[in-house]
Amino acid sequence: MRTIAAAAIAVLGLAVLPIAAPWLQFVLTLAIAKGFAALGVAVLLRAGLISIGHAMFFAASAYSVAFLARVGIHDLGLLLILSVLAGGIVGAVVGSFLVRYRAIFFAMLNLAVSMVCYALCAKLYGLTGGTDGMPVPVPTVFGVELAEPAFKSVLFYLSLALMVLVGLSIQRYLNSPLGHALSAVHTNEIRLEYLGIPVWAILLIAYVISAALAGLGGAIAGFAIGRVVPDFAFWTASGHLVLIAVLGGIGGVPGAFIGALFLELLHSAAVTVTDSWNLIVGMTLIIVIMFMPQGIYGLFTRKEASSL
Amino acid sequence: MLNAIIPLLLDSLASAALIFFAAVGMTLVFSVLRVLNVAHGSLYSIGGYVAASICLFIASRQLSPYLSFAALLFSAVFVAAIFGPLIERGLVRWTYGKSEAVQILITFGLFLVLEDLQRLIFGVQSFYEDTPMRLLGTTSIGGVVYLNYQIFLIGMAVLVVVGLRLLINHTRLGRLITAVVTDREMAQSIGIDTNRIFILAFSLGVFLAALGGALATPTSGIAPGLGADTMVLAFAVAAIGGLGQIEGAAVASLIVGLARVLAIYLAPSLDAVAPYAAMLVVLLIRPYGLFGSVTARRI
Repeated sequence: MRTIAAAAIAVLGLAVLPIAAPWLQFVLTLAIAKGFAALGVAVLLRAGLISIGHAMFFAASAYSVAFLARVGIHDLGLLLILSVLAGGIVGAVVGSFLVRYRAIFFAMLNLAVSMVCYALCAKLYGLTGGTDGMPVPVPTVFGVELAEPAFKSVLFYLSLALMVLVGLSIQRYLNSPLGHALSAVHTNEIRLEYLGIPVWAILLIAYVISAALAGLGGAIAGFAIGRVVPDFAFWTASGHLVLIAVLGGIGGVPGAFIGALFLELLHSAAVTVTDSWNLIVGMTLIIVIMFMPQGIYGLFTRKEASSL
Repeated sequence: MLNAIIPLLLDSLASAALIFFAAVGMTLVFSVLRVLNVAHGSLYSIGGYVAASICLFIASRQLSPYLSFAALLFSAVFVAAIFGPLIERGLVRWTYGKSEAVQILITFGLFLVLEDLQRLIFGVQSFYEDTPMRLLGTTSIGGVVYLNYQIFLIGMAVLVVVGLRLLINHTRLGRLITAVVTDREMAQSIGIDTNRIFILAFSLGVFLAALGGALATPTSGIAPGLGADTMVLAFAVAAIGGLGQIEGAAVASLIVGLARVLAIYLAPSLDAVAPYAAMLVVLLIRPYGLFGSVTARRI
């Protein structure tokens, strides 16, 4: 009960914040977008699998929004659904190869595939506009054409609503037998196989879900920024997603969003002082893993939260 | 026909040599410490930056240009002596015995830190210092001009393979390393100072990476982002050869070097993709790499 109350207050707080400080709206939209992607990384982390390449699904969906807008689809809902689907499909294709691997191989192969994606996005100038990227026009919402500021507000509240809805569904998923199987894979994979549970299928489902989550984040980020660039898929972006997941804590769904909000707010504060953002990210990552492996979320929960 | 093939072969061998330096260090560190150092690529680029800085210093003081060869070697030793013990004692040793997830994340954090530090210290412009390459000049065979420096690179790589084999099979240190690789606990219980072996092996890995970076600077220059590319490429090579296999890394770098050069000649926009395509094909057929052995899974 207390958890529900705390979550409700937090979401309400987020909803009112941009009214008090309008500049925060963009930062918060982006934070929620990255929260979705980090949640995807966190789902895989539960199975002990690190993906240092999830930015490729983030970019895949963002690029599909831009491509779909180019061929004449302009409805926000339709664009979101189709692009998340695209992210999921890319995830299914990549995942069907990668879930055979564990630990180092899984991490590095994800990284390798994402670097290929980045190289392709940056080099296929005719198709993706190279490093200039592609514009994401302001879409219509249920047939209504909106001015840009109004659309950005709609986008923010939509992301907030999605955060609650998707968050609850992922929580259901993680608490289902399918979700619990993930930590069982982490603890002892062979035991699962002896019980007749197909580890391959469990991980592939988790991989597709996590790719779709990263895709949802990417689509929202594309709308919020108004442009997609190859940097969406760059390995530093993947690194930030991993950091967000670890920083927030993988013990529960709120962790990813707490981590994302914390990091985005820190980022907007830090850019005024220094441009060595990766330095801060790297040091925080090391410190968090060494001294608080359960993340920020782990500080608030009494029960044994999953740690790395 | 031959005139077309020999330059292509030389290019791939030279490019393979450079990848090999980075990959063999990574694979060596992995086999002894059982930690994959994600920051390995950064040490390669740091080696390059240090070498370029020293070479530029030599040029600005108008010292003998032949000193730049010494500078290449010195910078690798310098980087290894500073960063090897520092990283192993300060960071990596805390991850021994922890899950691979933790090891990857810690070294990845270090990688982010090192990449930004290089940007702060050396700036974002690319360095280009080709004194050693110009000194060696070119050879012309049958009307085709070859860079002697490329042959020098290939020679260095062969030297490193032979040297490492001799070190591991025929010296006391090599036998100690083999003992630690084979059975860490047993080695410890018969009195081998594993901590010392870890520091030495890690520093040797750093030395090889930095040497690769230093040797690469005269041919391709050095720019931000090199560390990331090298790291992934080195991993691709190490994985193809089988993690922990020195000769495997040598064969794998030949494959990757050839794949890359063929891609540059045939489909230039795909040159970045070729090494990974090679890696995916090999790992799909042999998940533990060409020379890797299947390890029993823990129950």
